Amino acid sequence: MTTARGVDARGVHSPGRAAVGSGTLRADRWWLAPAATTAGLLAFLVYGGVRAFQQQYFFADERYLTPFYSPCVSLGCASEPGAAHFGMFLPDSPLIPYAALSLPFLLGFRLTCYYYRKAYYRSIWLSPPACAVPEPHATYTGETRFPLVLQNVHRYFFYVALLVSLINTYDAVVAFRHPTDGFVVGVGNLVLLVNVALLWCYTVSCHSCRHVMGGRLTHFSKHPVRYRLWTWVSALNTRHMLFAWVTLGTLVLTDLYVALVAAGTITDLRLVG
Amino acid sequence: MTETERHDYDVLVIGAGGAGLRAAIEARERGLRVAIVCKSLFGKAHTVMAEGGCAAAMGNVAENDSWQVHFRDTMRGGKFLNSWRMAELHAKEAPDRVWELETWGALFDRTADGRIHQRNFGGHTYPRLAHVGDRTGLELIRTLQQRIVALQQADHAETGDFEARLRVFAECTVTELLRDDDGAVAGAFGYWRESGRFVVFSAPAVVLATGGIGKSFQVTSNSWEYTGDGQALALRAGADLVDMEFVQFHPTGMVWPPSVKGILVTEGVRGDGGVLRNADGERFMFRYVPDVFKGQYAQTEDEADRWYDDQENNRRTPDLLPRDEVARAINTEVKEGRGSPHGGVYLDIASRMAPEEIQRRLPSMYHQFRELADVDITAESMEVGPTCHYVMGGIDVDPDTGATSVPGLFAAGECAGGMHGSNRLGGNSLSDLLVFGRRAGIGAAEHVAGLAGRDAGRGAGRPAVRDEDVDAAAALAVAPFAGAGTDAGSGENPYTLHADLQRTMNDLVGIIRTEAEMRAALDRLGELRARLRDVVVSGHRQYNPGWHLALDLRNMLMVGEAVAASALRRTESRGGHTRDDHPALDAQWRHRVLVTRCVPGTPGGRDGVVPRVEVEAAERDPMRGDLLALFEIDELGKYYTPAELTAHPQGSGERGTT
Amino acid sequence: MSDTRLVRVWRGDADDGELVDFRVEVNEGEVMLDVLHRIQATQAPDLAVRWNCKAGKCGSCSAEINGRPRLLCMTRMSVFTEYDELVVTPLRTFPVIRDLVTDVSFNYAKAREIPSFTPPADLAPGEYRMAQVDVERSQEFRKCIECFLCQDVCHVVRDHEENKEAFAGPRFLMRVAELEMHPLDVADRVPAAQDEHGLGRCNITKCCTDVCPEGIKITDNALIPMKERVADRRYDPLVWLGRTISRRRGA
Repeated sequence: MTTARGVDARGVHSPGRAAVGSGTLRADRWWLAPAATTAGLLAFLVYGGVRAFQQQYFFADERYLTPFYSPCVSLGCASEPGAAHFGMFLPDSPLIPYAALSLPFLLGFRLTCYYYRKAYYRSIWLSPPACAVPEPHATYTGETRFPLVLQNVHRYFFYVALLVSLINTYDAVVAFRHPTDGFVVGVGNLVLLVNVALLWCYTVSCHSCRHVMGGRLTHFSKHPVRYRLWTWVSALNTRHMLFAWVTLGTLVLTDLYVALVAAGTITDLRLVG
Repeated sequence: MTETERHDYDVLVIGAGGAGLRAAIEARERGLRVAIVCKSLFGKAHTVMAEGGCAAAMGNVAENDSWQVHFRDTMRGGKFLNSWRMAELHAKEAPDRVWELETWGALFDRTADGRIHQRNFGGHTYPRLAHVGDRTGLELIRTLQQRIVALQQADHAETGDFEARLRVFAECTVTELLRDDDGAVAGAFGYWRESGRFVVFSAPAVVLATGGIGKSFQVTSNSWEYTGDGQALALRAGADLVDMEFVQFHPTGMVWPPSVKGILVTEGVRGDGGVLRNADGERFMFRYVPDVFKGQYAQTEDEADRWYDDQENNRRTPDLLPRDEVARAINTEVKEGRGSPHGGVYLDIASRMAPEEIQRRLPSMYHQFRELADVDITAESMEVGPTCHYVMGGIDVDPDTGATSVPGLFAAGECAGGMHGSNRLGGNSLSDLLVFGRRAGIGAAEHVAGLAGRDAGRGAGRPAVRDEDVDAAAALAVAPFAGAGTDAGSGENPYTLHADLQRTMNDLVGIIRTEAEMRAALDRLGELRARLRDVVVSGHRQYNPGWHLALDLRNMLMVGEAVAASALRRTESRGGHTRDDHPALDAQWRHRVLVTRCVPGTPGGRDGVVPRVEVEAAERDPMRGDLLALFEIDELGKYYTPAELTAHPQGSGERGTT
Repeated sequence: MSDTRLVRVWRGDADDGELVDFRVEVNEGEVMLDVLHRIQATQAPDLAVRWNCKAGKCGSCSAEINGRPRLLCMTRMSVFTEYDELVVTPLRTFPVIRDLVTDVSFNYAKAREIPSFTPPADLAPGEYRMAQVDVERSQEFRKCIECFLCQDVCHVVRDHEENKEAFAGPRFLMRVAELEMHPLDVADRVPAAQDEHGLGRCNITKCCTDVCPEGIKITDNALIPMKERVADRRYDPLVWLGRTISRRRGA
């Protein structure tokens, strides 16, 4: 296994380090996690992209609005009366999603999220693909330069994501009111509720939220209320990765449910009313 | 002479545990140039293993605590054999030493009002141990390490060199102290573990802070570094050891599997229902209740089992007899052939309690063995036996300065003796390191200042290293390589020798001792001494653990002999020294200490490898009157001779003379 | 229960080396360090291994087993199946000295670059008052046993030798966080974290947390909170504005 080192030897092959030969001696299936992450993220992006630009099947039973179209602020939202809760002012164009006001921020929130950063740095950018597995890049500056230095604006996306979560909550609440039948509860309501609850979990468990709530303080003892908030957010924060993946799933399932009901493929089961 | 790397310092500190680092900080703060030499990396010393805490009468939790109470507890723990002056200084200064750590960044657990929290511990009257969870030793070593770095940063700001006044020589082993023509310490000789190259330090003051001797025993909670280096270096340099017979054992340490060998199993396991069994499955402790305890302990298994639930109406299980009784019983069972395959007995809690209950009651025990050894204490018995934990004896020092009888040689910490008497209280070792580490640092600094005052000018008046000593030390150090080429096969393997030494010490000079066994031990140590001359190591000098062990064995043999010879002389049982043939305390032995000295060998003779030691008794200074008056005369009566008690204020009348 | 296993150990020095095969007895309940000790005692007395407490408390015996950074004394042989090949190499981020021993002086040099604890000037020893909730975050970081596995696994220096100068590594960025969160430290640690210790190079891929034998949440509790504190200063105009206004008012 003795290997001579090349002149351009770098990383674990740098002069002075143990000449072990192979870049990694890991024999387990270390490539599985980054491969699965890549597949999961791509699947979501493809589904989300298709749906964001589809501009139909986003409003069902005159009350269910899918989160992919919330808030529905395009002039095109007029095709589904009752879907637009916050006015319609964006031009109706196939290139502009109906929820163009929120989607870029939600995408930005997740792109700059400390968990997703780990996920795509490891899986898509292979930096590193897995622990103690060499990365393919010759140089590395991390998040010190443009564009990656912009990851530091995560907190602004968090603030906007809070607003969007409020809007999603509003959507889920008003969905209990059918324009003609009054107060009703269908399976779709439960779907929207579960989705919005998990979205809150993901949003509130954010590392920036943890910092804002109390993490930035040096003396918790002088701020008992913020300390209490910080401990709650900290408890949720340990599951941030879980919520990150679960909400990708529930977003897709919620949207799919609304779309299928809207398309008439399935019928929403009424539980009350 | 040998071409060797040389360094010149004011103070050389050997050992980078709590005592060594504290001494180095003190000497450096007093303006001296200090070198710290340690066998491991910086910050890895055995001090990190201390869990319980650091005893100091700060009175944060119990307001009534005071240095006097702490002093009394320490003396009682040591069965009044302690150097009372050390116990006094320790009790008085420990709080300041702990508070000082906070100014260097230590973060102890806090009380509700924001002060340092203090916990209860065996032998301490009040909650007294400053602690950080169960990793207090790590906090202590890291804080001192970071203080060293802070001082280096200050030097860097001033001189541009981090190591201008304070340098750590890590992974460097000292094999010999060097003296000048007048017998004063002049420096030390050692080798870099990494390269095997030799290094000579010149320094008019040397502080030994090398820790304990546990690696001479087969079952020990100590790390490999504990090879008695400081004790042996001091002996060979002409200083004395005291109290070497006092070694603290814990009766139930794991003896198997190897990954946890030596690790303590808390008494709580027995308190919560765990019972000791021999290889026949018998609960043998019922056969070992001594007469003095008859009536206090259950006589049948049924009664003992009822005690766990109903302590009012039943007597407790003999599994909870005092430590030395439990150890004696285990010792006898093993020696009579009813031990477990690996020389212990079984501690069984698995068959007596539901797994969930064990996990709930003993979470840290459960997790520790699960993680380190994959032993599930809820499913199988543990194999336990006495484990060597701490040595109370050590280098004889002046209590106030840490000075030994050799000019310029100082010692502090576990390698120094006297402070703990015949038995150490938990929590007193960390405070010992800080108090006497600092004092040895002061002692060394003042010694150097005294030399400078005697002869004006730096370097003047300093003892000079003799070249022939350096050559002799170098020759001794490479000797194990000499046989390598010549007579392969006949040479002794250092690992085998080490295992034989450990078995001898464990079997014969362990927790329970008899005259016959001690004599047998001395014979066997004599054989090992002869075999060590033929030790052969292979390979080259670069990071060669076999060679390192061969050199450490010299020290282990010397301290082994010191322990066995001292234990043979003390014909009583006291604290960490239990004689089966002399089971009682003897007041005539309370005021006597056993002093170990090196028998001067012929220079260059065969005994140069491991010089012989001799032991003789000396008198301990009587306790100062005001300190003696801190105790009730009735209590002292259990330990003191009537004649000694006349010094007590209540003892001057008739009582003292009866 | 004892078994004979093939253990491949890297032997060599800074110039060259190779994996050497040892057939060695392995007993129930043993850890990798026990097995290496048996190799020393019976087959290769000069096999260089750095170790000390053998109880997972000192952080000396760091190495890589089957390509993963681990403590030799905390790696039970029972975690490997009989089909696993067992390969032990030294840490691969630091220069090797001999066999399994590496030169970890990089870490000691980085430790010196972080200004020490700076207490308020007017506070005497014994007067320190700190609430338990205020010390707990720093206490978590002080559990660190300095095994340097996080430094070894961090790709910033493992895969890029040239980053060693500008990057302190997870252990020492955590030390900066420890001091920054210390309730009585008066020094400002935030600008240096970014400018001198290279916090921006961390891309929070969490391998440091994965390998930590003490289970310290290095990324979530030290590195990300430090990144957020840097963002407060550098990348958050709202905080900057608020601070400027309050400074005006104070003036």
